[in-house]
Amino acid sequence: MELIDQHTKKIMEGCKDRARDAGLSFEDETLEYIVTNRDLLELSPKVMIPTLYDYWVHDVEVLKEKGKYELYPGNPYETVINTRPAISYYNDNNPDWLNVMIFYHVIAHIDFFQNNLYFRHTWDYDFTGQALSDKRLIANLRAEKGRWVDYVIEFSRGIDNLAGYHTLLSGIHHPPALDGSEKLNFYFDLFLQEHQKVNIGKYIKEIERYNEYQEKYGELGEKTFFSEVEKKHPELKALFEKHLRDKPDHNPDIYLYLLKHSNKLAKEKNGWMRLVMQVIRNTSLFFQPQIRTKIMNEGWASYWHETLFLKDDRIKGHEVEFAKVNAGVTALPRVGLNPYALGMRLFYYIEEMVDKGKHTFAFQSLKDSIARDAFDQDTRKGHDFIFALRENYCDLTFINDFLDQDFIDRHKLFVAGKRLNKRKMVYEYYVKSRKLKAYRDMVFGSLYHPPRINVMPEFTTEKKLCLKHVFEGKPLVREYIANTMLGIEFLWGGPVMLETNEPIATPKTETKVFVVGPSGQPKEETQRPPFQWQRVLYTMENRKLTRKLL
Amino acid sequence: MDSKLETYYRKLKKRGLSPEQEEKIQAELSDDSRHGIPARRATSREAGDPPVKDVYAWDDLDTLQAIPSPASSYTLQLKSIDELLERDKRREEDGFPRKIRVGKMIKPGRGGKDKVVVVPTTVEEKFIHDPNFNPEEEEEDAAGGSGEGEEGEVIGEQPVREDEGSGSGPGQGEGESHEMESSAYDLGKILTEQFQLPNLKDKGKKRALSRYTYDLTDRNRGFGQILDKKATLRQILETNISLGRVPDVGAIDPADFLIAPSDKIYRVLSKEMDYESQAMIFFLRDYSGSMSGKPTEAVVSQHVLIYSWLLYQYERQVETRFILHDTEATEVPDFYTYYNSRVAGGTKVAAAFHMVNDIVEKESLAQDYNIYVFHGTDGDDWDTDGTETIPEIEKMLRYANRVGVTIAQRATGASSGTEVEKYLKKSTLLEKQANLIRLDAMQADADEPRLIEGIKRLISED
Repeated sequence: MELIDQHTKKIMEGCKDRARDAGLSFEDETLEYIVTNRDLLELSPKVMIPTLYDYWVHDVEVLKEKGKYELYPGNPYETVINTRPAISYYNDNNPDWLNVMIFYHVIAHIDFFQNNLYFRHTWDYDFTGQALSDKRLIANLRAEKGRWVDYVIEFSRGIDNLAGYHTLLSGIHHPPALDGSEKLNFYFDLFLQEHQKVNIGKYIKEIERYNEYQEKYGELGEKTFFSEVEKKHPELKALFEKHLRDKPDHNPDIYLYLLKHSNKLAKEKNGWMRLVMQVIRNTSLFFQPQIRTKIMNEGWASYWHETLFLKDDRIKGHEVEFAKVNAGVTALPRVGLNPYALGMRLFYYIEEMVDKGKHTFAFQSLKDSIARDAFDQDTRKGHDFIFALRENYCDLTFINDFLDQDFIDRHKLFVAGKRLNKRKMVYEYYVKSRKLKAYRDMVFGSLYHPPRINVMPEFTTEKKLCLKHVFEGKPLVREYIANTMLGIEFLWGGPVMLETNEPIATPKTETKVFVVGPSGQPKEETQRPPFQWQRVLYTMENRKLTRKLL
Repeated sequence: MDSKLETYYRKLKKRGLSPEQEEKIQAELSDDSRHGIPARRATSREAGDPPVKDVYAWDDLDTLQAIPSPASSYTLQLKSIDELLERDKRREEDGFPRKIRVGKMIKPGRGGKDKVVVVPTTVEEKFIHDPNFNPEEEEEDAAGGSGEGEEGEVIGEQPVREDEGSGSGPGQGEGESHEMESSAYDLGKILTEQFQLPNLKDKGKKRALSRYTYDLTDRNRGFGQILDKKATLRQILETNISLGRVPDVGAIDPADFLIAPSDKIYRVLSKEMDYESQAMIFFLRDYSGSMSGKPTEAVVSQHVLIYSWLLYQYERQVETRFILHDTEATEVPDFYTYYNSRVAGGTKVAAAFHMVNDIVEKESLAQDYNIYVFHGTDGDDWDTDGTETIPEIEKMLRYANRVGVTIAQRATGASSGTEVEKYLKKSTLLEKQANLIRLDAMQADADEPRLIEGIKRLISED
């Protein structure tokens, strides 16, 4: 890998200036590398992070037919990675005009990484630096513990999709002012009411007294208040500490729960396992926002590479070549879902809507289609609005809030179905629906969504760990359950139980039904036997899996 | 050919057929596809891409810069296979299930230059929703789309099986990425060591080959490389007796001997024939219409494994013959043709066995070779009760070391067993001659471990 030459770097800097003028905001420093096929070979198993830790699975062809993206949310062939400075990779023989287009695309990605709040937890450090130190940590541990390090990596990776990404985010984004400190809450909510059982008058007096302290001492108010209180109630400190220890987690995710409560991991000699688990967890959390903003991120980047390229004065004369490449990237496919195309069109559409003032109740309640078309309040707020979107939205909310029937009609979108024509032995693709709900459901169905598997603290004891799969209409991949649970058992150090739903087929009664097909000829179809959802309990004990219907 | 088929069909019908059998035969009869080798597929970039890409299948490097996912280099991976298998073995010792699968193994080339490709694969298990689960109906994969068309209108078609007759997995074209080459011999070694396939017992059938070793075995009088003292002394004694210089055999005095130069016997280096066991393997494959897709894939994959294993067992002294059959049998020259020929036509298992018997007899192979016959089928046979097949098999069992029949049964097949299975069981050959003929019936979508399990069953000695 080598850096791009000075000439190309100058072009990049020119792109940055123009992008900044257009309103994008990003850090000054970036690194651009030329990559060869050999570089890519090494980079792609490491999700384009050159310093990622070594792991033997990276050397093996991984079977990906089943749930490719659910298993590997990191995109192995990203052009730009979310590091500080951001690193991007290029072919060594791109013509200048093409580089300009790609640079704009990359800059918009960097802008997205550094402004979208779903990436908030990646803002304060450089992931490549972190990864390098993690890589060394793992290498050192491996020298000491041998293959057991790889087992811990394997088992941690087995649950890294369950690491509480949203819990982490809500921890970061929760405005601290709304909540008092933990101690304050305990004092007023539990101590006074349940331990002291004070009457209302006294309670209100306490609140007033607290407010007085706040006024008088400002930032030190709480501290002074409690030093007074503790003189009066010396038991408060001990009670508060006990409360902190026993406080149940709300919906704890497996990963954190294991780190906090596993007796095995708490042992001193197993401390290194926790280090490894932390590395895997951080790595997973780092990649989570990218897959959750694919449509937005690519849409945003495509929106800007198109807009900025066409305004760029340096490369006049390459419009036709640009049009060709750009169409390849952003054309809506006849069948398939192109995140570049969909995201970009949505951003244009939303900007136009808001410019015309259509993102308002007045417009929404308008029924007359001619009036709807003519509606234009000329607000010119679209530009600011899409910048706010790129800050606050992820794919799910983006599609949910802004995809509407007008958009689908304008771009002639539809849900394509695929069915088997037995007579011709071909799969037929057909227009299944052009309705908003169907289209939206189809997009939602294709978005990344790991299962929700919670620890049930009320059933979990010192020895056994109880997990519950929150059922969302789809079963888990059954053949993966055994090994995943084996890993959890290893990390927990005791039996592990998982409750989930599975479809149980009612006795095999295949019925043949004659259906009149679209061609007018009766065609025979075998109907699948109906099934019922059944609650199933898996237990992994001593590396043996048992399954029980509940 | 069609008229011949018709007459055969009528003959069968006269003998009596059940409705299901009739239906199957009709289906194969009416299928007008032809055998043949599919044209080599285009490169992965043109043909390998799935026709429908979903949201996450797009990436910047490919889309913007046309940098495809990198082709992996062989050396990088060659180093790792032994390491990986070693690691896997240790996993088992540590009490965890094995994780490496040796998958996708065949890369037949034309003109007998068959290569076996060993691609170690693995999967990282996690709790994930089953993406293939669809509660509603058999209709699958709703995808996005754009453009003209009324609701319900068909906008495109895609053939169900694009590369009929060959496994799509193995049959990836030349220069496909992510492959590691290893000779079939190495694969055989891996199979023997890693999967504990049995070693063959030497049947003691040793035959000369055109292979030589050089040794000091020939004797030569007068000159040579090493003096053979014992032989020389004997020669001297002989000469002296005939000269009458040894009057009393009881008391010989060697000092009185006359020694002629020609009495000296030397050993000289000479070419020696090497004696070793060798094997002739017949691979028989049903390529009738009913075999399309999964059954063929399973059978062929298993045959490759068997071939590799025998290659290792016989130290490369293995000759292979490939026979394809529908209602008639043909011998094909190489594995490539064997592997890639398209399925079509009806089914008559007896034809293939008859051909093997013919070849063995004509070329009198029985004396010189350990003969193995492996037959793969989906279990359908127009000759439903084996009246023609069983005699052929019995004849074969007189000379063969082992006959292994693999039945890759379609999931929808009758649970009581397929026709071939039924008539083989009825003939009681399987019990009476258990050391000579074995049957392995599996589902057509069997995975690698199941195939290897099947091989154990087919070739084990007990």
